[in-house]
Amino acid sequence: MSARRSRTISVAALARVEGEGGLLVKTKGGKVTQVQLRIYEPPRFFEAFLRGRRFDEAPDLTARICGICPVAYQMSSVHAMEQALGLKVEGPLRDLRRLLYCGEWIESHVLHVAMLHAPDFLGYESAIHMSRDHPDLVALALKLKKAGNEVVALLGGREIHPINVRVGGFYRVPTRAELSPLGERLLWARDAALELLRAVARFEFPDFDQDYEFVALRHPEEYPLNEGRLVSSKGLDIPIDDFTLHFQEEHVPHSNALHAVLKGRGAYHVGPLARYNLNQDRLPALVREAATEAGLRPVERNPFRSILVRAVETLYAIEEARRIVASYEPPDQPFLSAEPRAGVGHGCSEAPRGILYHRYRLDEQGLIVEAQIVPPTAQNQKTIENDLWRFVPTQLHLPEDELALRCEQAVRNYDPCISCATHFLRLRLEQE
Amino acid sequence: LHSTGELGALLEALQGRARVVAIDAAAGQGAAGRVHRFDASRRALPAVLAAGSTHGLGLAAALELLRVQGRLPAQVVVYAIEGAAYDVGGELAPAVERAVREVEKLVRRELGASGGSSRRARRMSSTG
Repeated sequence: MSARRSRTISVAALARVEGEGGLLVKTKGGKVTQVQLRIYEPPRFFEAFLRGRRFDEAPDLTARICGICPVAYQMSSVHAMEQALGLKVEGPLRDLRRLLYCGEWIESHVLHVAMLHAPDFLGYESAIHMSRDHPDLVALALKLKKAGNEVVALLGGREIHPINVRVGGFYRVPTRAELSPLGERLLWARDAALELLRAVARFEFPDFDQDYEFVALRHPEEYPLNEGRLVSSKGLDIPIDDFTLHFQEEHVPHSNALHAVLKGRGAYHVGPLARYNLNQDRLPALVREAATEAGLRPVERNPFRSILVRAVETLYAIEEARRIVASYEPPDQPFLSAEPRAGVGHGCSEAPRGILYHRYRLDEQGLIVEAQIVPPTAQNQKTIENDLWRFVPTQLHLPEDELALRCEQAVRNYDPCISCATHFLRLRLEQE
Repeated sequence: LHSTGELGALLEALQGRARVVAIDAAAGQGAAGRVHRFDASRRALPAVLAAGSTHGLGLAAALELLRVQGRLPAQVVVYAIEGAAYDVGGELAPAVERAVREVEKLVRRELGASGGSSRRARRMSSTG
């Protein structure tokens, strides 16, 4: 296959990503001339129809943006509302929120690692085709994902679109007796996560280190989930309240999802790689040792190795969940009462795919006057396109269908959730 | 046996069964209340009936996983009923309610026709 001729690679509908989008890559004379991550899933206008709704409706309304990370939407929205209303949730209620988020990380990461991304590395069209030769890997992953589902169902009332989160806490909190059986299940899950990590560590990864600006939350003591300051690998260190001072969303014609950029600096990278690079010192020793054993480097700049970090974070989520279950003492009240008042609140939490920022302005009755939601996939769009500009020239020796698959794999490095981003995928590669 | 359609739970429920009758909802393939019947032991469910989300792999994926692994139950029949609306907490539309009663009769007839094997059959409804 000549690298000199012009080619157009067009993937009309990207597979194994959530939502509807495509990819267009044009090359000429061995050089990339155009890359468009085309997000044509229709805009969903969540920010618009939140206006006029009560502050306490935001967690359940925004949770509907995504079927795999509804907890992230619930967490970012409750934190924003609580800031606006002057509430501070601490102690067991805070721990339970963290536990719920761990359940979501387990569900989401295991699904992507084993069912959506592993087929790329092992050379299969899908997890179903992969399961013929790797039935044990698929079975292990599905059982592990189920452990995450159980955490979400126990705390959230059901495993998909949980309904038990409210501003100030929960509608109902579990008793010790209800929570403690999770401990044994999570002990099995820890060993399963280590097995999954070792399996993923045997994959072959293309050499593709990139000079990203990684952005993630950073907390003084914990690996970040619900809280922290926004920090970057290139010196950013701000409170979440200053998000809009440093980040801006831009409309591009080929995407129904806004592209987010760091003002004056451009594209940045959120998600597992960013969290790991900026927070690995917050991981417990067992998880750090497993990461090192799996071959993760102190600074991991290869997006294809994000699958390793997802497996490491799965192990972390299980260990953190075990810690919380073991030390749980039920709170006196399932929630703190919130009185409506005018104000502005910011919430930022670490969804499985990266930081998820919410900002709300409320009137005196607690009705939402303005809402802004910046999901992780929207923030990674420009970085995904930048990756393809640099990755495609290294792969032009491949036949067209194989090149298209490699481009899709590069997109899947980010586990994009188009449904979130449009509140976004299909590949077209044109070679002239 | 009721299932939310979660893949792992579905696999656990389906494995080791000799015969499965699954009842699911369908969307966009006809008028509300239309009943589809598929013999999934012979071929995969139509792609249009597969889960629309990678984040919610459902019944079709579960059956295909079992098929490629050679563990698909010998008889798998899937009934799918076209819905009218999918609002949370909404009542069944009259046409859908009539279709549910019709499918119940069809399943009973199907199980009865197989004689003694009906006791081993499992009735499953999925919202996936």
